[in-house]
Amino acid sequence: MALLELRNVSKIYHLGGEEIRALDDVTLDIGSGEFCSIIGPSGSGKSTLMHILGCLDSPSKGTIKLDGTEIQKASTRELAGIRNRKIGFVFQFFNLLPKLNVVQNVELPMIYSGIGGRERRTRALKALEQVELSNRLKNRPSQLSGGQQQRVAIARALVNDPKIIFADEPTGNLDTHTGEIILALFRRLSQEGRTVILVTHNPEIAAVTPRRIEIRNGKIADKVDAKLAGLDRLARNAERGAGSAEPNSAPVVPSA
Amino acid sequence: MNLLNTIIIGLKEIWTHKFRSLLTMLGIILGVASLVGMSAIIKGMENGMKETMVAMGGVDKVLLRVQDVPDWQDHLADQAPGRTMLDVEALRRSAPLIRLVSPQMEIEDATVTRGEKRTRPAELMGAWPAVLDMNLHTLAHGRFFNAIDEEEARSVCVIGTGIRDELFGKPEEVGREIIPIGEEILINGQPFTIIGMFMQYMSEAEIKEKARIAREGNKQKSGPKRQTGWGRKGGWAFWQKNNTVYIPLNTAWVKFRAVGDLNGVPDPRLTDIDIKVANLDMLEPAIQQARNVLLITHRGIEDFTFQTQENQLESINKQIQNARLSGGIIAAISLLVGGIGIMNIMLASINERIREIGTCKAIGATGFDIFTQILVESVVVSLVGAVLGVGASYGFVQVLQALTPSANTPIITPAAMLVGVAFSAFVGILAGLIPAFKAASLDPIQALRYE
Repeated sequence: MALLELRNVSKIYHLGGEEIRALDDVTLDIGSGEFCSIIGPSGSGKSTLMHILGCLDSPSKGTIKLDGTEIQKASTRELAGIRNRKIGFVFQFFNLLPKLNVVQNVELPMIYSGIGGRERRTRALKALEQVELSNRLKNRPSQLSGGQQQRVAIARALVNDPKIIFADEPTGNLDTHTGEIILALFRRLSQEGRTVILVTHNPEIAAVTPRRIEIRNGKIADKVDAKLAGLDRLARNAERGAGSAEPNSAPVVPSA
Repeated sequence: MNLLNTIIIGLKEIWTHKFRSLLTMLGIILGVASLVGMSAIIKGMENGMKETMVAMGGVDKVLLRVQDVPDWQDHLADQAPGRTMLDVEALRRSAPLIRLVSPQMEIEDATVTRGEKRTRPAELMGAWPAVLDMNLHTLAHGRFFNAIDEEEARSVCVIGTGIRDELFGKPEEVGREIIPIGEEILINGQPFTIIGMFMQYMSEAEIKEKARIAREGNKQKSGPKRQTGWGRKGGWAFWQKNNTVYIPLNTAWVKFRAVGDLNGVPDPRLTDIDIKVANLDMLEPAIQQARNVLLITHRGIEDFTFQTQENQLESINKQIQNARLSGGIIAAISLLVGGIGIMNIMLASINERIREIGTCKAIGATGFDIFTQILVESVVVSLVGAVLGVGASYGFVQVLQALTPSANTPIITPAAMLVGVAFSAFVGILAGLIPAFKAASLDPIQALRYE
């Protein structure tokens, strides 16, 4: 059984009497432990798909199963709980809370799930160790570089031990080199058995993932276009070199 | 989500915007300070009034007053006996609920002279020793008159310090305290020997004024010495009590009544009978008992009535209540204004933090989590304001005391502080509700996209 099962999912917006199908009858399975990317130009519906997959939004039609439970009818409160326990988000602009320091930022999801103070602290420290930021615990986000901030965000996404990690343009706001480090980190997480879903408009970033889901006009494109096909080879190389988190060993050079 | 964390985050929010938070809190600070300060002033006022009340003889004192006979007894009006010694004896023997009966004969328009100095006492009357207990007098020097003085109608008197001040000089002016025991004075031209003097009765305000003069020295005023008013500083009740002259009742009778009436018969009527009840809880039955006794001695003619100090107490309480109410309303309005300030700033603050709120929702905060977060922040702002306000009220009271050193000391009560803090918490909740609801109902997707 797949971790995420979408069956005939549509999302329809009504704008001034006009019907806009942001997602049109999408059927999709994402298996446990898969490392895939959702790709498509602006307005293609990829954000809508991510919001629905990430339980931020409910579909207008169709069913969606996450980890065996149907969630299309869940209340906002239940969705908040699912996001909290099963999903980790990484955003383009990091979205750390500026008034909290690094540890407190990482602890935040556990506060919402009601985990006691001591366990919060140990788990936050463990997550920060995974992203190699154990030395910047008391810093504010504003005192960190972009890459460090994104790593804090990843630690925050990891800390509740979610099934899925969504990353929305995670390298979009970083320089090439730092972007590679972050992508390497995602690769490592995937190898550790987590499901990682990258959302991007950049084919070169999508190329690092073994599976690519392309969205066009609210539908999943059947054919992977030529440019992506050309990058397939690079992706295979990337997989081969993915054993180490060293950025230099990653052959893909994202141009974002 | 645990409350402690929410409070800590709320405090952080205040700390990051120190100046803004301070301005926001200012409304609450001033509101609480005015509430606590106002109630302190009113408490001081109340104490002053109660003090006066005690100076007038306490709550258990009941005055027996004359009144016109009721309409249906109009034809008996010329037979109304008035208050006489017969009533006094009857009350003493037959009204056990009455603890003390003090007959008094006032000599009106009396003048007391010594050498070239003269004064008009506020009260000059013949009385029994019971008057000491009745009017709560304390003898500081000499003795009060006894049964022999009374029996022999001796020409002795006991005076208050006000009389001494007028006839012998104030201690402040003479430089030492004169105790005129054994000195002779003339009351309406008749010689009396001073055998005792009361202590000086002072209101708290007067005591403070005196202490201030002792500390700073009396400021010399330029120009001729003028008498300002009646020198009633500290209130009429204290002035009256200090300007009292008491002589034995029989003396008053013999020296001032015997010769001075129509038809050669001395007027048997007393000018006053004051009584004290044995037990304040039994005030009503005691008065009823006294009424029954007096109806017998007056042969059913109701030419008397009772006036309790309770009426006075009631009117004091009423005044205090009114002052409290108006003060409370003013403070409540300023607190509400403070609350509006908080609401305003909370709305601005969540607008600034829309993306943060979106993030929190994305990582699993429920609407309720966000709601409590904002509400707690609002309450924290108002409570910190309230605590600062209580602190400010101390300063406020100090300033007031410095401005008016001789007024009654304002007293800050814990109850006022509690009310102030509780009310600001309430205002904080009220002010936080709308912003909290607004923040809680934000759509996470919209909030995350917000620029």
